Amino acid sequence: MKKDIFKIANKKLNSRLIVGTGKYKNFKETADAIKSSGADMVTVAVRRVNILDKKKPVLMDYLNPKKYLYLPNTAGCFNSNEALRTLRLAREIGGWKLVKLEVLGDKKTLYPDMEETVKSTKILVKEGFKVLVYCTDDPIYAKKLEDIGASAIMPLASPIGSGLGIQNKINISIIIKQSKVPVIIDAGIGTPSDATIAMEMGCEAVLVNSAIANAKKPILMAKAFKNAVISGREGYLAGRMKKSLLGYPSSPIDGLI
Amino acid sequence: MAKIQLNGKYINLKKNISISQLLKKYKLNERKIAIELNKEIISKQKYNKTILKDKDNVEIVYFIGGG
Repeated sequence: MKKDIFKIANKKLNSRLIVGTGKYKNFKETADAIKSSGADMVTVAVRRVNILDKKKPVLMDYLNPKKYLYLPNTAGCFNSNEALRTLRLAREIGGWKLVKLEVLGDKKTLYPDMEETVKSTKILVKEGFKVLVYCTDDPIYAKKLEDIGASAIMPLASPIGSGLGIQNKINISIIIKQSKVPVIIDAGIGTPSDATIAMEMGCEAVLVNSAIANAKKPILMAKAFKNAVISGREGYLAGRMKKSLLGYPSSPIDGLI
Repeated sequence: MAKIQLNGKYINLKKNISISQLLKKYKLNERKIAIELNKEIISKQKYNKTILKDKDNVEIVYFIGGG
């Protein structure tokens, strides 16, 4: 069998589980959970340095950017200008061109503002960024994003941090079927089985943060997600059996006593 | 003497120092941060040459945990 390689904007990744680095108790727990998840790409946020506390630990001291591929994210940005500013700064920190764009439209639902998202994607692609785009599960917008040069489409399963799992499997299936760039389920994954379902449907990867960080035992949950994503992917590659409304015996009828 | 705004806080500098010197003062490693001076990103090669003036607005950012 051909080796199953996950590639995003020409970068080869070993794991199809991408993990967020937010919401952990401390950097030690972040690092331990990420190690346990087997992920080689992690999302990070860009924020002001706390200049009053010179001894404050820095994420990079716990998660070596040479070992883990940092995916700068624009979480918390509500318009195109804020998102562009954030990602240009992220690139300046260390030359990151692979970025995750997330332009939110509403503080309550954290749903993406697709108009601003499309606008930002166009500009970022022009500036040479490889953009992974958080979006609604709308096939039309997903297609639009692909057409303007997004490196991956990242539809939400359900609202960010909700843990509700995939709410619209039909739309996600349509998006997977029509897309030539990787489709990665971004927000809303709550359990390892949610991740398995996404992978069985044919998603190229899943991005998980809250479901791991907010678990009672984040390090164990990270491992559970690692296994869930591998299971789902292998299940997808193996091809599921046909469904039937009636029963079919597993043992032969011939020779029945 | 220069009064600058650094990450939203007013700071008095005894003399006009460069960005490199400012980073040293706050014990920041230039490989882990990015800087905006009056809303414009300053590339790392220019930290040495860029001298901060009165009323400058400086933003220093880095990566933190996020989803």
